Amino acid sequence: MAKTQLEEIDRNIYDIKNKDEYDYKIKKGLTKEIVEEISRQKHEPDWMKEIRLKALETYNNLEMPTWGPDLSELNMDEIATYVKPKSKLNNSWDDVPDDIKNTFDKLGIPEAEKTSLAGVGAQYDSEVVYHSMKDELLKQGVIYTDMETAVREYPEMVKEHFMKCVPISDHKFVALHAAVWSGGSFVYVPKGVKLEMPLQSYFRLNSPESGQFEHTLIIVDEGASLHFIEGCSAPKYNKVNLHAGCVELYVRDNAYLRYSTIENWSKNMLNLNTKKAICGKNAQVDWVSGSFGSKISMLYPMSILNGEGAKTEFTGISFAGKEQNLDNGFKAVHNAPNTSSVVNAKSISKNGGKCTYRSSIKIMENAEGSKSSVSCESLMLDDISISDTIPTNEIRNDNIQFSHEAKIGKISDKTIFYLMSRGLSEEDAKAMIVRGFAYPISKELPVEYAVEMNNLINLELEGAIG
Amino acid sequence: MNNLLEIENLHAGVENKEILKGVNLTIKPGEIHVIMGPNGSGKTTTANVILNNPEYKKTNGKIIFDGDDITNTSTDEIARKGVFMSFQLPEEVPGVSVTNFLKYAKNKITGQPIKIFAFKKELQKYMEELNMNPKNMERSLNVGFSGGEKKKNEIIQMLVLNPKLAILDETDSGLDVDAIRVVSKGIEMFKNNQNGVLIITHNTKILHSLKVDYVHIFVDGKIVKTGSQELAKEIEENGYSEYKK
Repeated sequence: MAKTQLEEIDRNIYDIKNKDEYDYKIKKGLTKEIVEEISRQKHEPDWMKEIRLKALETYNNLEMPTWGPDLSELNMDEIATYVKPKSKLNNSWDDVPDDIKNTFDKLGIPEAEKTSLAGVGAQYDSEVVYHSMKDELLKQGVIYTDMETAVREYPEMVKEHFMKCVPISDHKFVALHAAVWSGGSFVYVPKGVKLEMPLQSYFRLNSPESGQFEHTLIIVDEGASLHFIEGCSAPKYNKVNLHAGCVELYVRDNAYLRYSTIENWSKNMLNLNTKKAICGKNAQVDWVSGSFGSKISMLYPMSILNGEGAKTEFTGISFAGKEQNLDNGFKAVHNAPNTSSVVNAKSISKNGGKCTYRSSIKIMENAEGSKSSVSCESLMLDDISISDTIPTNEIRNDNIQFSHEAKIGKISDKTIFYLMSRGLSEEDAKAMIVRGFAYPISKELPVEYAVEMNNLINLELEGAIG
Repeated sequence: MNNLLEIENLHAGVENKEILKGVNLTIKPGEIHVIMGPNGSGKTTTANVILNNPEYKKTNGKIIFDGDDITNTSTDEIARKGVFMSFQLPEEVPGVSVTNFLKYAKNKITGQPIKIFAFKKELQKYMEELNMNPKNMERSLNVGFSGGEKKKNEIIQMLVLNPKLAILDETDSGLDVDAIRVVSKGIEMFKNNQNGVLIITHNTKILHSLKVDYVHIFVDGKIVKTGSQELAKEIEENGYSEYKK
């Protein structure tokens, strides 16, 4: 129990706006010329340019989603899809320009790198500005680098896996991503290599009216093990920003991957992210996800259990405040015998915020002996907030176990009175109830992130209670 | 010596229903008072109204605690001034361990940082004395606790928070003889000549193992008779019928 001291958080950390300085900012909009220009800026091989152009075509042919939150305020003509920061890729923080380094310092990244991480990547706007990994991992054959370097140095591995787990035609924003992607991390963990400390990539979007489209591609080879942490944040601007990242995870036979995310985008962000994992025989992928920021979020990580005995667990929490619409959830496909999925999803809404849990569990004909258990719980802090649960379950085999449990509740006045009678103010009482509600999720996060999550909860509740 | 608690002509209720119809009560430091009465007479309402539970509206009268008028003070401030209430039905708070909750609450009540080591030792001492399982302290507050465990947990909270006035609302009800003995032992550990205790109960069992200073009979929203411990015996034999209209 090292979590007794919670330091006061300075909300300015997330809202620090650096000057919108860049080496190159592409003009707003989305055209063939713009896509070609991004490719040219990156000195990419032709095969990647071809993927981009084909994806742009697919994007133009696909309709906007007809379900979920209203995305009509998104106007691609107003979004700059590529902003190259005034920094090259560095492997020493000393070489990162001061204003950018200061931002990451305040977010605690270099400090965490020293104490508890095996490697760190830091992206600022469209490009990764820092990447580094401990030497011993390098010797074991672990690859951890930015995606651009991977395209150059490991083209065969990238060709084989890029947009193969998540097909370009999956939905409109995946196609958009594939057309204009920039930055992100590439990880390869060789057979049998088990990383004891996590790798962490942090994504910071500073530039207004722009988009971030990082691509994360992780391959955990047979019997290997990895914990990967992803953090995201951005300062608030008045105009819409767009995040359409893509995460592709390959978890080979008997391998293990834990993918943790704390997302604290600013409240002008549309977060339309796509994440998928493919699991081999007896492989396991665990998702831990905290979703706090963004104006609209549509995020449904997916585990495809293709190998016999594959397992997945999803542990996630969403926190929607005023004018936020967080449409999050999880998808699992049981595509082999004796596979298992466990979902523990929670949401908190306040001040008119809306949280929707949207999920899809598919158990295929060949998934004999599989198990799936889903639990989702919502907490509404007032009468004007909204919470909804939209599960879709498709079960095509009788010899399986399936359970789904949903609870929607409000903070009871009786509980508040009880806590106040012990000296807690109304605000403290509510924060305690909310932290307790979130505890099953926060205990799954690395300690610094659990602390950050509690701080975010306190921040969200501050002054919100009248 | 100043009075610890003075309730003057207190009227209160919910919406259009008056429950308390002129309660008068004075408690001095060092005293244990018992309010006895049939179910539905307004005893629990009295406890809640002292702590200014917003569910109830006061329509007349005032409450003075330790020289301050707390009639319209917020519940948390009343608690910080030194009033504690043991709940008849303690609330469950998932994800918050009893230990962490107590540390947090003690910090709010005392305004002092908690010395972890001393705190743990103190807690351990109380648990041994009250024959409680230390594992309960790491469980979520009241979640999955039996009725008896919840009541004992309230007593632990009283000891840790060390108020000037402890109001025990039906803390003894629904408990077996052993558990009642634990509760009265807790009260004895707490009690000194500076603080006060107000026990609210509808039966007399706890008075078999605890010496009290005053017994008040509470019927239909007010105190109708005040006496010594002997009065409780009389109730035990004859019930409340002679006090009902």
